[in-house]
Amino acid sequence: MKVMKIVVCVKQIPDPAAPGSLDPSTNALKRDGKLILDDSDAYGVEMALQLVTAAGGGEVSIVSMAPNGETSGMRTALAMGAVRGVLVSDPALAGSDALTTARVLAAAVQKVGMPDLVIAATESTDGYTGTVPAQMAEVLGLPSVTFAKKVKVEGGVLKIDRQTEDGYDEVECPLPALVSVTAGVVEPRYPSFKGIMDAKKKEVITVTASDLGITPVGWSGAGQKVSSVTQAEARQAGQVIEDDGEAFNKIVAFLETLKVI
Amino acid sequence: MTINNVWVFAQGSNATVSSFTAELLTKARDLTDNVSAFVAGDGAALAESLGKFGAKKVYSTGDLGGRLAGVAAASAMAALISGGEKPDLILFPQNYDGRDTIARLSVKLGVTVLTNSVDIAVVGSEVVATTPIFGGNVLFATAFTGAGPHLASFRPKSFAAQESGGGAAEVVAVAVPDAGATGAAKVTAVHVEETSGPKLDEANVVVAGGRGLGESQNFAMVEELSKLLHGAPGASRAIVDAGWVPYSYQVGQTGKVVKPSVYIAAGISGATQHMVGMKGSKNIIAINKDKEAPIFAVADLGIVGDVHKVLPKLIEALKSRG
Repeated sequence: MKVMKIVVCVKQIPDPAAPGSLDPSTNALKRDGKLILDDSDAYGVEMALQLVTAAGGGEVSIVSMAPNGETSGMRTALAMGAVRGVLVSDPALAGSDALTTARVLAAAVQKVGMPDLVIAATESTDGYTGTVPAQMAEVLGLPSVTFAKKVKVEGGVLKIDRQTEDGYDEVECPLPALVSVTAGVVEPRYPSFKGIMDAKKKEVITVTASDLGITPVGWSGAGQKVSSVTQAEARQAGQVIEDDGEAFNKIVAFLETLKVI
Repeated sequence: MTINNVWVFAQGSNATVSSFTAELLTKARDLTDNVSAFVAGDGAALAESLGKFGAKKVYSTGDLGGRLAGVAAASAMAALISGGEKPDLILFPQNYDGRDTIARLSVKLGVTVLTNSVDIAVVGSEVVATTPIFGGNVLFATAFTGAGPHLASFRPKSFAAQESGGGAAEVVAVAVPDAGATGAAKVTAVHVEETSGPKLDEANVVVAGGRGLGESQNFAMVEELSKLLHGAPGASRAIVDAGWVPYSYQVGQTGKVVKPSVYIAAGISGATQHMVGMKGSKNIIAINKDKEAPIFAVADLGIVGDVHKVLPKLIEALKSRG
């Protein structure tokens, strides 16, 4: 059985439960507070750990990019069982577009050493451009299977169920490759106490974009600029009533006025 | 800048373009008369339908023989462009193959992508795409700054499709270059998940359930109610992730965008992620125990109550009407 080396790309994001806000001077999403591991990425980390176990050996590394040196989200992934992390952290990265992000992450993957498999989520919860995984694959010269909802490796070949508009496709792909996994693909484990303690001692290398040879990055490297930010017309709330046991009648009456029944 | 040449990444089946493609072609016609479609597959079969929505030309790769559309389409598009074709702008649907293609193409051309857009326009000398953020409360307008072609992808139902009355599009066969290692993934089997009743994103009524239902078997109430209203059942991401219902039921940012006449949210609190997918509904009815739930801020009729009590009574009342 072949030993699997896997790199998982994760994003550390502001807590999605807190309302998001924009930096008034740049109109970029504010990411200066505490950052946590994007929920969507826990599935990729778990998938990687399971594939390594199924292969009978190997290791999972983590790469991430953040403007402010934050590693707490990466520590969550390390506590789950990843062995090391590479963080690309550089104030110059603020404002980077998706293409620059993909180039930076691809270089970070190469810094770890080209693995058998790169795993990412389909999109981040905070920015959700949704193109970075396939862009990374193109930069790395790898085939990619996005929106994987089932992943296994048999005889050195990836066998994937890929989400489609009408159902799913079975896809086969040789390694090395990149896969983006949908939420719910596996049940992410909770880090154990020992895992959390061990994670503090695991190696996280911090590099800058220029260490990786990627310039320009950030606002100056982006092929786009913010043109305007406006409040959307808010939808007005209607009538809200407490159920007294008869509220269903209100729904029936409303459906009647709408001629649905 | 002026837009003189717009391409649309087009899809369809049974000789008919998808509603998503029809929407993008309609928008493309707003920008220029010179609209071409690109089909990663049998474009000739769609030529008539594409023409009806204003495409003058269709670039057709023909059957992909199991290759994934993203790499094949991006390679073929890049070859057309390096061969001298000059689209100013290429419009993509924000869906599985659309996302793969725009991503691969952006690296091949070294240009940025603007995704999740709901509108695009020429403003002065700039091409500006608009994207809703924070669950649609804020509209973010972003201008392309580099050289074209500009690549943008759009959410479904951003534009109302209108026929142009045009004749069949001229079919231009295009070769798919060998993509080497990047093209190594192959589709070995296709599975279509059959659903009865109207499609989720086309239904006039959608009844969606969330975590407030408590446990998975209670989703049966959502299905029964949607059947009684000739609608489609939907779900929040929470219960899809929990495995209660398949992903195809999911409404929201990472699922389907729906705009039915009536949307009934049962036990859904209204996370930003979900609201993005249903806020465009004409009428919204919400049932939730928590009177502070964000869903009530967008509901035309909000019932603060227990779905386990309200839904059975509602179902009974509708049944008794026969």
